Amino acid sequence: MTRYIVRRLLLMIPVLICVTFVVYFLMDLAPGDVISQLAPADATPQQIEMLREEYGLNGTIIERYGRYLWRLLHGDMGTSFFLKRPVFSVFLERLPNTLMLAFASILVAILISLPLGIAAATHHRSWLDGFSVVLSMLSVSMPAFWLGLLLIFIFSLHWKIFPSGGSEGLKYLILPALTLGTEQAGNLTRITRSSMLDVIHQDYLRTARAKGVSEKKVIRHHALRNALIPIITVLGSTLGNAFGGAVAIETVFAWNGIGRLTVMAINNRDMTLATGCIFMFTLMLNMTLLVVDIAYAYVDPRVKARYSK
Amino acid sequence: MEKELILEIKDLVVRFETADGVVHAVNGLDLKIEKGRSIGLVGETGAGKTTTALSMLRLVPDPPGVVECEKLELSGRDVLSMSVSELEEVRGKDISMIFQDPMTALNPVFTVGEQIAESIQIHEKVSSQEAEKRAKEMLELVGIPGERAGEYPHQFSGGMKQRVVIAIALACHPKLLIADEPTTALDVTIQAQVLDLMRRLKEQYETSLIMITHDLGIVAEICDDVAVMYAGKIIEIGTLRDIFNKAKHPYTEGLFNSIPNIHDRKAKLTPIQGLMPDPTNLPEGCAFEPRCPYACEGCKKEQALLQISDTHFVRCSRYLEEGFHIERKEKE
Amino acid sequence: MSEHRKISASELKQYKKRSLLSEVWRNYKKNPSAMIALFIVIAIVVIAIVSQFAFDYKADIVQQNVREKFIHPCAEHPFGTDNYGRDVLVRVLYGARYSLSVGVVAVAISCILGVTLGLIAGYYGGFIEDFILRFCEIFTGIPSILMGVALISAFGQSIIVLMMAIGLVYTPMYCRTTRAAVMPVRDEEYIEAARIAGVSDLKIMFSHVMPNALSPIIVQVTMGVASAILTASSLSFLGLGVPIPLPEWGAMLSEGREFMRDHMYLTIFPGLAIMITVLSFNLMGDGLRDALDPKLKE
Repeated sequence: MTRYIVRRLLLMIPVLICVTFVVYFLMDLAPGDVISQLAPADATPQQIEMLREEYGLNGTIIERYGRYLWRLLHGDMGTSFFLKRPVFSVFLERLPNTLMLAFASILVAILISLPLGIAAATHHRSWLDGFSVVLSMLSVSMPAFWLGLLLIFIFSLHWKIFPSGGSEGLKYLILPALTLGTEQAGNLTRITRSSMLDVIHQDYLRTARAKGVSEKKVIRHHALRNALIPIITVLGSTLGNAFGGAVAIETVFAWNGIGRLTVMAINNRDMTLATGCIFMFTLMLNMTLLVVDIAYAYVDPRVKARYSK
Repeated sequence: MEKELILEIKDLVVRFETADGVVHAVNGLDLKIEKGRSIGLVGETGAGKTTTALSMLRLVPDPPGVVECEKLELSGRDVLSMSVSELEEVRGKDISMIFQDPMTALNPVFTVGEQIAESIQIHEKVSSQEAEKRAKEMLELVGIPGERAGEYPHQFSGGMKQRVVIAIALACHPKLLIADEPTTALDVTIQAQVLDLMRRLKEQYETSLIMITHDLGIVAEICDDVAVMYAGKIIEIGTLRDIFNKAKHPYTEGLFNSIPNIHDRKAKLTPIQGLMPDPTNLPEGCAFEPRCPYACEGCKKEQALLQISDTHFVRCSRYLEEGFHIERKEKE
Repeated sequence: MSEHRKISASELKQYKKRSLLSEVWRNYKKNPSAMIALFIVIAIVVIAIVSQFAFDYKADIVQQNVREKFIHPCAEHPFGTDNYGRDVLVRVLYGARYSLSVGVVAVAISCILGVTLGLIAGYYGGFIEDFILRFCEIFTGIPSILMGVALISAFGQSIIVLMMAIGLVYTPMYCRTTRAAVMPVRDEEYIEAARIAGVSDLKIMFSHVMPNALSPIIVQVTMGVASAILTASSLSFLGLGVPIPLPEWGAMLSEGREFMRDHMYLTIFPGLAIMITVLSFNLMGDGLRDALDPKLKE
């Protein structure tokens, strides 16, 4: 098991390096010279050249990226061009907001989709089942930012219950978490329903019933545990993507998360900040996926046996 | 003195109402089992054996299954009128079932110890340590070292898994054990071991046994009585001796004639012609009539169970005619 | 007695092909929601084509008419008018072409790239497979929307770049699906036989291996159009997709958002348009999956 984890961590390194290269390279391709925007209007060519060196932007792309990577490997993510502050501290500042939104939304998604998906599977072909299918179809087809706008209209403009934007506290979290959670619930309900349906006709559930296990326990204990692997998989990738992929929702609710920070950095040609953010995001996503893979082992002994090999 | 009656079924009817029509799985079945006796329920695939067994546990999936019964009593208690919680109490405690395929009968994510202990904990209010200890004893009893209780089903072979299933079924010493083709999925050598184990345990606990099978060899080995099922009805029932030596029903005869004879390997097998009737569309009268070499006009009417001797009954109206008998192919 | 007739191999092949297609269509027809979705998709395609001729881009789509601004939905303007006095219904109808073309072209790009890579990975295996999979992993490590933003900022904001960006972002998905479908076939004996018979790798890949991956790819393509449309509208909503004043639905939403307090209809209609389109493609994909593999349904 430990060997498996170590191997996975080592495999992450080339992926992370390639991600930084791709982002750095793309940012470099972007038209416009960052330095000429940063420099004062009356700067002499020498001054511009000095600035360029100061920001590590002299030399060819390979040289520049090499320098960036070298520093990154030493734990230095560089300084943001625009905010003039270390990338890592800017990132850390936004991190709590992102984590809060990600976990709150996944909680909303779980609370909606697990009961709904299980009920849909146990009442296959009933109205409840149909309801869950329609609901999850709507939720995966609806642009989340649009749902966010509708919620703002209803709950902040019309009823004035929740603020329409900002990230100052719990009150501000509810609407974005609901929006993002609803978006995620669609997929999660679908996968819960279908994996429960796969399990529900298995012989071992009949064995459990024949032992005298109550129906509630048969479903929650015996069936759910077996249906859990696909559910955890989707849960993991959903959570991982919520760390940086909720850009549109962060924009709608003016929520100061990493996603919005990254888009801002990209739009400002802030190479170090953009690359740093995406690097950190990729790291978080990969860590989440690793945690998911480890969780498999605890859910299913057969997976655990495979890992130890 | 009459022995204690463990199971009594009167006029059991089970049908499955599906979109493609109503499947008549069991059509008026009567069965009585005394304490400690074992009965073999024999018939082709689709004769309604498993459905009969599941309805004793009230585990026929509903929908689409509909169970109707005049009387279904388990040691004097009416199973039909039981509440859900009463049923849960009975299942595993008074009546247990061993399923056909040990590969799929065990939950892959729990240890075998947990799965045995679960049954004990449900029915006997004992601590989890106690249940665990008892689970280990059960494993030892079926011939698996107790320390393997912490292992998962995928770490066991098919025969070992079936032993675990047996351990689960017998964990609370049920009065009635239903074994649904317990050896079909196993290798021949393992089959003998498992059968031997079942016979030993049955005697040890004085458990009554319903052995569902299509293998007459198994019946001969382990059963006191035999009931032959065809299209959801018992067509012949009697002691082992009655059925094996004095089979009366043409279908039973056909079953015996389909067994290869090792003493005369040149002898031609005489399989029963045709197929089981479509259970959504059963013929009136004797369901075997379309395939029966002895069929006559009278067979198209509803058949009653005729008494041949104290223990032997057959559902064939031709025995009302004097001098009617069937040809049994000589085996020796 | 039945009449025996010799059937030539090509005839047989044709017969099989036709019956397979008609079988899929017969299964598909049984699914009412999928049929409705199909009609809606056809309707959207027709709207996208007809709007090209029915409306004049200058006069109907972009020309400002400030005197008629913010007219709420009424008989003359069923969807109302926007802050520049432009008719929202006309703009929404005209906008169908952007969403549709971005969706279709992006999926075509990712499908061609992804299927080729997936075929190569699945067929050759070994080092090449590892390399391609790692490559996919890098791309899936970055959320599609951020990758889209980065690509657009690198190559400039235009509808072509948007198509390419989304196409690139979804390539790994097709690559994985194809590889997964191809993998079990790789070691089949008929592939080996074809190889021994001297059939070229390229021909084996496309005529023997590829058909096995067809059903999952068809389903993924249909649903891929749906997610491409969603991603495109998000990017436009962020102001990075289709440049204004083109009436792309996401961009219209973004514009209408400013006036949400008093003129909610400006955000409702483009959003509904996105949702109906995406929903139809998703339902079609669902229906196709069931039709292609009826066994999967239960």
